Amino acid sequence: MFAKILIANRGEIACRIMKTARLMGIRTVAVYSAADRDALHVEMADEAVFIGPAEAAQSYLVADKIIEACRATGAEAVHPGYGFLSERAAFAEALRAAGITFIGPNPRAIEAMGDKIESKKFAHAAGVSTVPGHLGVITSPDEAVEIANGIGYPVMIKASAGGGGKGMRIAYGAGEVKEGFARATSEARSSFGDDRVFIEKFIVNPRHIEIQVLGDKHGNVIYLGERECSIQRRNQKVIEEAPSPLLDAATRRLMGEQAVALARAVNYDSAGTVEFVAGQDKSFYFLEMNTRLQVEHPVTELITGVDLVEQMIRVAAGEKLALRQSDVQIKGWAIESRVYAEDPTRNFLPSTGRLTRYRPPAEGRRDGVTVRNDTGVYEGGEISIYYDPMIAKLVTHAPTRLQAIEAQAQALDEFTLDGIRHNIPFLAALMRHQRWRDGRLSTGFIAEEFPDGFGLAQPEGADAELFAAVAAHIDHVQNLRKRRISGQIRAQRPHVFALKRVVRLGNAQYHVRLEARDDALMVHRDDATTTAVQSSWVPGETLWRGLVGGVGVAVQVRPLMNGCHLGHGGIGVEARVYTQREAELASLMPEKVGRDTSRVLLCPMPGLVKALDVKPGQEVKAGEALCMVEAMKMENVLRAERDCKVTKINVQPGDSLAVDAVIMEFA
Amino acid sequence: MKEILESLEARRELARAGGGAARVAAQHKRGKLTARERIELLLDEGSFEEFDMFVQHRATDFDMDKSHVPGDGVVTGWGTVNGRTVFLFAKDFTVFGGSLSETHAQKITKIQDMALKNRAPIIGLFDAGGARIQEGVAALGGYGEVFQRNVLASGVIPQISVIMGPCAGGDVYSPAMTDFIFMVRDTSYMFVTGPDVVKTVTNESVTAEELGGASVHTTKSSIADKAYDNEVEALLQMRRLIDFLPESNTADVPEIPTFDDGERMDMSLDTLIPQSANKPYDMHELIAKLVDEGDFFEIQEAHARNIITGFARIEGRTVGIVANQPLVLAGVLDADASRKAARFVRFCDCFSIPIITLVDVPGFLPGTAQEYGGLIKHGAKLLFAFAEATVPKVTIITRKAFGGAYDVMASKHLRGDVNYAWPTAQIAVMGAKGAVEIIFRADIGDDDKIATRAKDYEERFLSPFVAAERGYIDEVIMPHATRRRVARALAMLRGKMLENPWKKHDNIPL
Repeated sequence: MFAKILIANRGEIACRIMKTARLMGIRTVAVYSAADRDALHVEMADEAVFIGPAEAAQSYLVADKIIEACRATGAEAVHPGYGFLSERAAFAEALRAAGITFIGPNPRAIEAMGDKIESKKFAHAAGVSTVPGHLGVITSPDEAVEIANGIGYPVMIKASAGGGGKGMRIAYGAGEVKEGFARATSEARSSFGDDRVFIEKFIVNPRHIEIQVLGDKHGNVIYLGERECSIQRRNQKVIEEAPSPLLDAATRRLMGEQAVALARAVNYDSAGTVEFVAGQDKSFYFLEMNTRLQVEHPVTELITGVDLVEQMIRVAAGEKLALRQSDVQIKGWAIESRVYAEDPTRNFLPSTGRLTRYRPPAEGRRDGVTVRNDTGVYEGGEISIYYDPMIAKLVTHAPTRLQAIEAQAQALDEFTLDGIRHNIPFLAALMRHQRWRDGRLSTGFIAEEFPDGFGLAQPEGADAELFAAVAAHIDHVQNLRKRRISGQIRAQRPHVFALKRVVRLGNAQYHVRLEARDDALMVHRDDATTTAVQSSWVPGETLWRGLVGGVGVAVQVRPLMNGCHLGHGGIGVEARVYTQREAELASLMPEKVGRDTSRVLLCPMPGLVKALDVKPGQEVKAGEALCMVEAMKMENVLRAERDCKVTKINVQPGDSLAVDAVIMEFA
Repeated sequence: MKEILESLEARRELARAGGGAARVAAQHKRGKLTARERIELLLDEGSFEEFDMFVQHRATDFDMDKSHVPGDGVVTGWGTVNGRTVFLFAKDFTVFGGSLSETHAQKITKIQDMALKNRAPIIGLFDAGGARIQEGVAALGGYGEVFQRNVLASGVIPQISVIMGPCAGGDVYSPAMTDFIFMVRDTSYMFVTGPDVVKTVTNESVTAEELGGASVHTTKSSIADKAYDNEVEALLQMRRLIDFLPESNTADVPEIPTFDDGERMDMSLDTLIPQSANKPYDMHELIAKLVDEGDFFEIQEAHARNIITGFARIEGRTVGIVANQPLVLAGVLDADASRKAARFVRFCDCFSIPIITLVDVPGFLPGTAQEYGGLIKHGAKLLFAFAEATVPKVTIITRKAFGGAYDVMASKHLRGDVNYAWPTAQIAVMGAKGAVEIIFRADIGDDDKIATRAKDYEERFLSPFVAAERGYIDEVIMPHATRRRVARALAMLRGKMLENPWKKHDNIPL
């Protein structure tokens, strides 16, 4: 076994690998860029080597610097994590040449699976199910129909040179194929100047299901069940789970065996993932193989009890797999949420900055429920603009899928994050979504269920009862404390607060009467429903935990002027608790309209002004580019929303802007 | 007998009706409340004791004798805020437009006298049209009586003004002499002369909002300390402010049970100071993590944002916070920031509120605009205020403390009681580059030499240790231990006794 390994990565995955290495008694070496001097992975490692500027291309992606760091520290092996150098055969090759072990598959396997066409050929040869289709040039409508009949409907007719949906037609029968062929051909000609089209099977409501495989250098390969990652936003996985609610044992075995066959075909000798697209009818077709540790590997670890990083290190060191296929047992259900620094209410724009507060839910196993949080950040750390804005992977495991979902929802509610915008409300809303809970998934789930994006919902029904009860409790605790201020004129009879109060949640009002009992605060609503609230919350805490009507609840609390903002289950609301008289008078107050933003261009995210496309006095048309702001390595072009005239520009290229900074003004 | 008692009720009803239902409705329509409604919001329920409800004016000119409303346009009395006494007067816009008559003024001065004699804060709610023209000089005399009492009470009891409607002419000077002025957005404005007079005299066309609205006075003129979106918000926040303030200059600061442990460590503060000395950070984060429950009542938050002032609590007791804000103009001291902080420091000193000063200041702002604007004297105000203050003074230098600004910001030399520095502190005359170019003038042009010199200078002087070697800094502390250190320092300073030499009063460079 290795005495010392280097982790050629950063963030949560570097930390996660170090945890296992430490358990195995292996010393760890971190590498870090200028942006990561204070990063958690640097802190955790036994040694750390500086490898250059913040830009990954000049640090984490430079193989020579990694090899140099190995030499300097005497690290015998390198774990690449995911991303960066993990799937570069040349890197694995360079390590081998330098006499350093690559903790991953052999370079030939990486190469073979890295090429889309070659990997499909391997798959086909290994008897893996691939999407039925015809890659050759189709010359006539009749030929198209013949091919389509052979594949089975529906089919997709696609421009060879295509992209962006242009020249793409879906056909459910022979007639549609004829018509679609003509249309697709002509569209392809006009769009791409190339009228070649091909046909393949169209999978309706596809699901993303992948098989975890594990091989050693002695020809042993096993599979560790599947993961379903159908909840995606623009091809980016958001929620992953294992096992898949779609599969039965027979299909699982079929997929697993095909994945193993493919792995064997390339002498696969590490942890890898064979990705499939699956139809709702449990048909499945090979997509590609990822020759690395997958982001979502923890769900597999939790249902199988196998530490994948440990296995990778052992097989890299030449050990034989200690596990046989028959040893692999799937127990319970695991759900993973990817917590990102992005604003779900602003079309998921990335958010960067200092994590002024970072309090993840408690990890560990309790009452059959496991909470695991893989992260590379800490309170006071920075989400930088240079790398992936992932904050953490929150994973829960429980005996059943619904229990795992409930545990995940609870853990998300308890997750406290401040300083940056994050997607926890969106993840929490997903956990409550009935279609998700029913397991009726497809990769189109988010686009279909959130067609207009995501907005914080106002509480209604039972949620409103809950929010009102929590708000009333918070107010009550604060009032009890105010009664104890020094210097009162009748210290023996401190001022008494009215127990009839009005809770305002946004614009909705709830009349409540409070009754303080020894063990609980009874919140009577309209003298009809009564909710018992029990909590040890004290002022200043950002997380309210307690029982509402006997049910455990976690609510995020942030102070506001004369009230607080409450967040729970993807619902957020401004709560204010008034006396009845205060509420009457507050209702006389005019509604303030927000700032008129129609005449200004606000910076939608923190970023750097790269270019200005307009000058003061210039007339612009709707849709015309106004300026470019770079954030998270992404160049975002900001465009005019309507025809207008630029009156004033407040920024210059090179300025770094905060969210909502006024970039320019219009007439 | 019953009839007699009932007649009192009837008289009260009449007085409470103010200017009548139509005027009350008009007031509501403008988004404003009546004087009595405002009092209800400000005070503990049922605690208001009204005085002089039946006072009427004595004017006879211009047929004024035919027009009487009991109360005469102002509601006065006292009550409690969370059980603690406050005196108040509230102008009633529905009665004679809240205008000030001789008797109206007498009602106010009676309350002012009571507040001063009984040593409790006084709050004025303004919504009025100025002097009652029909009374002429009698009204002017009334103003003078009010002003005189404002001055006598200054520094003895807290005086707070809330502008909730028009406040013009003679009405503006009473608020101007109180400790704090708050405004309500869109419905309140303050000016000495209104838009019409401005137009006649200077030919400038401005609206009331442009001339003296909440936004002007909270950002540009600094007349107002904060603006609120509506009256309910404003009055409930006044209750919150009162909870921070002592009753008088002889009373102790109020104490409230806290759930925030004075020993609490905050590891995230260890990374608050960025790697690069030129990168800003938000001083609000340190304040939030230093004080009890992150609860901070900011004063003048929209004006001179390069310095932060406001009230908070440590271990349940009120403190005043003065902090440079690196996020705005690098936290530099300019004329506005110096005046803003000086006034706040003097308020704290008046009322025995300990001052915590958080320092990250690159110096005073250079330039003709500042020098012509009297930076020397404005800067001196802050220096003067810190130097004369006898309340407990705890200072933390987080990063830069350069030049004269180091001295000004509650340094040891100005009788700072406990002066701490973070290891990231740089206490020096100036930054490395500037210093080296003066000391090693001969080397200018030789970039390598200058760079080496600058590096040497940085290592030797841009640290807290030169100051610590001299005892100017009592201890270099870990950022994460700041709350514990400050809490312990304040606890130790509870018994502080320090008196300035007897004088009639000082002569601060106004």
